[in-house]
Amino acid sequence: MKQKAVLRVSSKLLMPPIMLFALYVQFHGDFGPGGGFQAGVIFAAAFILYALLFGVAQARRVAPGGVIRATLAGGLLLYAGTGVAGLLLGGNYLNYSVLAHDQVHGQHLGILLIEFGVGMTVASAMITIFFIFAGRGRSEIGETGEMGEMGERGE
Amino acid sequence: MAVIGFAYIFLRNLFAVVMLSGMFSLTAAVLYVVMDAVDVAFTEAAVGAGIATVLGLATLGLIGVVNEKPSKRGFIGPFLVVLITGAVLINATLDMPDYGDPDAPIHHHVAPRYIEESGREVGVPNIVTSVLASYRGYDTLGEVTVIFTAACGVLVLLGRSRRRRPEGRMSGQDEGDRRTVAGDGEAAE
Repeated sequence: MKQKAVLRVSSKLLMPPIMLFALYVQFHGDFGPGGGFQAGVIFAAAFILYALLFGVAQARRVAPGGVIRATLAGGLLLYAGTGVAGLLLGGNYLNYSVLAHDQVHGQHLGILLIEFGVGMTVASAMITIFFIFAGRGRSEIGETGEMGEMGERGE
Repeated sequence: MAVIGFAYIFLRNLFAVVMLSGMFSLTAAVLYVVMDAVDVAFTEAAVGAGIATVLGLATLGLIGVVNEKPSKRGFIGPFLVVLITGAVLINATLDMPDYGDPDAPIHHHVAPRYIEESGREVGVPNIVTSVLASYRGYDTLGEVTVIFTAACGVLVLLGRSRRRRPEGRMSGQDEGDRRTVAGDGEAAE
């Protein structure tokens, strides 16, 4: 789809607002609808749009597998780690009230951290699954010879 | 939604079915908005209508089958099972309190406490967020773990064979790379 100029240009225009909107949904989840899950999916949608237009191989260079896997695990660890931090500071597991000097601030901080962890994990999970699903067909076509050569050049 | 559901059953073109599932999710999202569940509608629109449709299309591209073959088996047995299950489920809903009934048990358990105390205890204006992230933190941690496990499963099942294939023609450095990836997958499992 590389030769479709309209799609290419309009999607390039769309990608930054999509990511910005994902961050808005992420950090505005305390005040309006939204939160980590939705933000993660929207953030992943920007990458998926990029991969659809420029090919998975190109998108993998933007988001290397190692980085995605690190954020995949890192998000969950951030969530669980926030719980452990509460434990170390003398509260119950996942009790955020002890994270800051007063209860409401601690809750704010805790929710912000765990929502960010959720967002990281969800976004990288979606990106991983899409890359693998979409990338798998490519490499298999690549094996069958001529058509694959064309496919590789197309990317 | 019922119309889309029936179209689902009778269509044989899988491409149209994937598109219909996206439409189904979108109408479901609209339904959630009508019922004032904005957060759920948001998720449904993003995951159901967005990601699921894209993944469905990617799967179609992967398997390369567009038309489902009509099944040769009779439909009486499955139809009876569905009919009986549906009848039992409908029978069960008769015991439920009316929709929006203020005396329903769900409105008397912990919900009033969340609504009354959330502003003072958590201080987050969106009660959905405070319930999800704070009061029900364990549940959300479990959900994130489920998503993490799903991604790990996909990585282990599909990610590895994708790497192994091109490796035959490439240098040893790639082989080492693949081995660490496989190790990662097992460790994560």
